[in-house]
Amino acid sequence: MALPPFQTALDEHRDTVARFLVATVGAQEADDCLQETLISALRAYPRLRPDSNIRAWLLTIARNKALDAHRSRGRRPVPVAEPDPGATGAIATAPGESDADLWAAVRALPGKQRAAVVLRFVNDLAHADIARVLDCSEAAARRSLHEGLSKLREEWT
Amino acid sequence: MDLNDKLEQRLRAAAGELAAPEFDTGAFAERATREGAADVAYAVVDSPLGDLLVAQTPRGLARIAYLDFTTTDRVLNDMAARLSPRMLEAPGRLDEARRELDDYFAGRRRDFELAIDWTLVGPFGRRVLGHTARIPYGSTSSYGEIARAIGSPRAARATGNALGANPIPIVVPCHRVLRSGGALGGYTGGLHRKELLLAIERGERQLEPERR
Repeated sequence: MALPPFQTALDEHRDTVARFLVATVGAQEADDCLQETLISALRAYPRLRPDSNIRAWLLTIARNKALDAHRSRGRRPVPVAEPDPGATGAIATAPGESDADLWAAVRALPGKQRAAVVLRFVNDLAHADIARVLDCSEAAARRSLHEGLSKLREEWT
Repeated sequence: MDLNDKLEQRLRAAAGELAAPEFDTGAFAERATREGAADVAYAVVDSPLGDLLVAQTPRGLARIAYLDFTTTDRVLNDMAARLSPRMLEAPGRLDEARRELDDYFAGRRRDFELAIDWTLVGPFGRRVLGHTARIPYGSTSSYGEIARAIGSPRAARATGNALGANPIPIVVPCHRVLRSGGALGGYTGGLHRKELLLAIERGERQLEPERR
């Protein structure tokens, strides 16, 4: 049992990681975060245990890059982007209910809740896999998800 | 339906609309190899002898595989285990190898200038293939001659095995080694390819690439 070629892992999981990042940091920063995630992953790859869950491992790295991006954005005096009035979702929405608003609300969640919500609803991960990415117990992962959803309900609905 | 279900549905619907960003695979592979994050760059190169999987490391050319005798996955998995799993498909990195191979098939090149990475070859194979690499273009040798030349005169069969396991055919010219009576012997890419390569070196065939 050996690690597959990195290219194979990349082909299999790149879209998952990309979607996680678009939801977590937004389309503009997702590009850079994805490049940084994959370069870091490639560098560390030979040290990964061959029986590891590669998808969870890549998402863990992506999550750290997303946190870095959030932090550096926090330091910059850039105002939160106005919701794009032209953006439309799959469902016709009233003002203030566009996809862009929803993602803005998700991005405003505390880090762990934000990641749990995205991993669950964008990446369709089971609770056990969310726990693996967040490096916490399954119960704690459920709790973060639940808290994130509660907060979204308060602020978004 | 409670509010939570509505929110979850809304999240799933919005997730379905998320566009993954464009990803320039070539640019990523280029950057990763330039920064030394990748150890093996590979590409499938079309040639007059069929598709070839060509792989190189910073040390040099490590592998050329005829793909009709194996699968790309098998070759890649084998290299991941024996060279490094830090492998990327990076056609741009293999331009020089592709050019030299094109020129060779067309009869315009007699010697390859590519550096060789011998990592996939064991110590005995290294002696056999090292000697094989010095057989001049257009000449041939025999298994017995090579065995004698490397000081193992009784190891003609082992020599044949080492040649059969050559990870870099064409560039390390195991096709120039025949059986002692002049019979073709074997070849990793099939005897028709061995005949074709020998015909190119006798000046009887020039194979231009069909691409471009």
